[in-house]
Amino acid sequence: MATRRGDTLLFAKPPSITAFGAVGGKKEGEGPLAAGFDLLFEDNTLQQDTWEKAESTLQRHCLELTLQKAQTTLDKVNLVLAGDLQNQCTASNYTLRGLDVPFAGLYGACSTMAEAVALAACLASAGLVDRAAAMTSSHFCAAERQFRTPLEYGGKRTPTAQWTATAAGCCLVQPAGNGPFVRAVTFGRVRDYEVTDINNMGAAMAPAAANTILQYLRDTGSRAEDFDAVYTGDLGLVGSQLLKELLEAEGVSLDNHADCGLLLFDQAAQQVQAGGSGAGCSASVLCAHVLPRLRAGELERVLFLSTGALMSQTTFLQGESIPGIAHLLELCATKPEGEAAG
Amino acid sequence: MNYVWAFVVGGALCVIGQLLIDYTSLTPARILVAYVVAGVALSALGWYAPLVEFAGAGATVPLLGFGHLLAQGVIDAVEASGLLGALTGGFTAAAGGVTASLLAGVLAALVCKSKDQN
Amino acid sequence: MKTDPKQYGSLVKKASPPSPVWKDCLWAFVVGGGICLLGEALRKAYAAWGFTLTDAGAMTSATLVGLSAVLTALGWYQKLAAKAGAGTLVPITGFANAVVSPAIEFRCEGLVTGVGAKMFLIAGPVIVYGMLASVAWGVLWYLIRPFMGG
Repeated sequence: MATRRGDTLLFAKPPSITAFGAVGGKKEGEGPLAAGFDLLFEDNTLQQDTWEKAESTLQRHCLELTLQKAQTTLDKVNLVLAGDLQNQCTASNYTLRGLDVPFAGLYGACSTMAEAVALAACLASAGLVDRAAAMTSSHFCAAERQFRTPLEYGGKRTPTAQWTATAAGCCLVQPAGNGPFVRAVTFGRVRDYEVTDINNMGAAMAPAAANTILQYLRDTGSRAEDFDAVYTGDLGLVGSQLLKELLEAEGVSLDNHADCGLLLFDQAAQQVQAGGSGAGCSASVLCAHVLPRLRAGELERVLFLSTGALMSQTTFLQGESIPGIAHLLELCATKPEGEAAG
Repeated sequence: MNYVWAFVVGGALCVIGQLLIDYTSLTPARILVAYVVAGVALSALGWYAPLVEFAGAGATVPLLGFGHLLAQGVIDAVEASGLLGALTGGFTAAAGGVTASLLAGVLAALVCKSKDQN
Repeated sequence: MKTDPKQYGSLVKKASPPSPVWKDCLWAFVVGGGICLLGEALRKAYAAWGFTLTDAGAMTSATLVGLSAVLTALGWYQKLAAKAGAGTLVPITGFANAVVSPAIEFRCEGLVTGVGAKMFLIAGPVIVYGMLASVAWGVLWYLIRPFMGG
């Protein structure tokens, strides 16, 4: 079934991500990945009267269209693993309120997508589910009013600040299928390098990302250059630079790195400061960019990490530093040799 | 000439705020608090009144001027009613600005909705 | 990992782009100065209309507050502030923006528990510490007044 080596779980019969969907808002639709999205909204209210409802609606659309693409229905899904950034995970809770399906809510801040897919892959590989959906979302306006200031408040963003994506991504994970496949996962350890600047999340999360990558490479005996690409969640401009420096100090050079926060938006043109962020950022880039490229054969084998900053408004005001976490997925386009018989 | 000094002094007081934002880790909320308290202190030292004389709205419109207003209000109230004036002077002087903001806030909340920044 | 949090702190400092101070300050100067210039024009106009100097000042504040509220409600104040920084923060229009924006934002949490309770979320501390400073100065003035020849 699966073996554990260090912190890394290796699947002998890699589960398949049989369908995936991405939805986005206005700014995402003006960004470089627009063509990869399945559904884009011009109006970020989604005709709802609160931003919280708008985010739940975003999730519902995402789940529905993913099931449609898989040509299946909700009653065939055994479990939905979902998360978001709202307090008490309410965007997901209220999405699933209207859907009759088993649900496990997850919170890993912006790392939730990799966490959800990793758990879904474990369950699928153990044969405990036939179909599990892994889904996360974020909404700029819902996040802004909860974490920062009212939307009409006049504040200037610092150059290190990141822009919360209005987006959702959903993956349908099954024990077998045509891929892309989840070959291994590594659940990250929390790392806190004493960053306290809430406007510099990339810096807070980079050590966790570096730690998880090193852990995976050590556990599997592989090298970073064995992969076509190493994707990180939303480290942005600052965090990406720091990740490279941290890994270089460990003798790992990361030449094939790309960051979801930098892929989703055009930094220069879209005024997003250091790049995108939010639980929906890595989720939508995974489903609108990474998985389609694996399926099209443009990529064969990649590492995908979602990174999360695990503070709250309360701990921030109490002067606590920001702990980070990163979960890793090893994804490949085709089943590795010798495992195909499964 | 008054207009020029209003522009220059007002602009300069804003630049000081901007330097505090860019070079220190002070959040905007802390800067506003610092400006008002500093305004009370400068006015108490007798340094702010000449600036108001000189620059007009350039000195009264920035939040330092709000502090100056509070300090002057307290002086007037203490003159009129002794120690009790220390309690009433500040709010009396601030009443106009605070109530106007409050009223504007409620009216705006009734007619407007929160808007997307995207 | 080989890098410890202390070394990491200096790496972070190096990797984080600094704010464009000259550009920020130019914006703050022009916009902040402009708002004060508008204030001065209003003050002169109200004085010419026959208001006393004190009342003209109060009318000017009220007008600027009203103007800021309208721009805030239209979403324009936020757009201007994204460039102007302290230029829109420090004038009284910034105080009004700090009151009006949470009032609009938290309308969906109710008129009392949203608008009423959260209106002074940002501006509240300004009033609290402004008043504390004024009380301290009032007591001090009461004590030193006899020696000031007043």
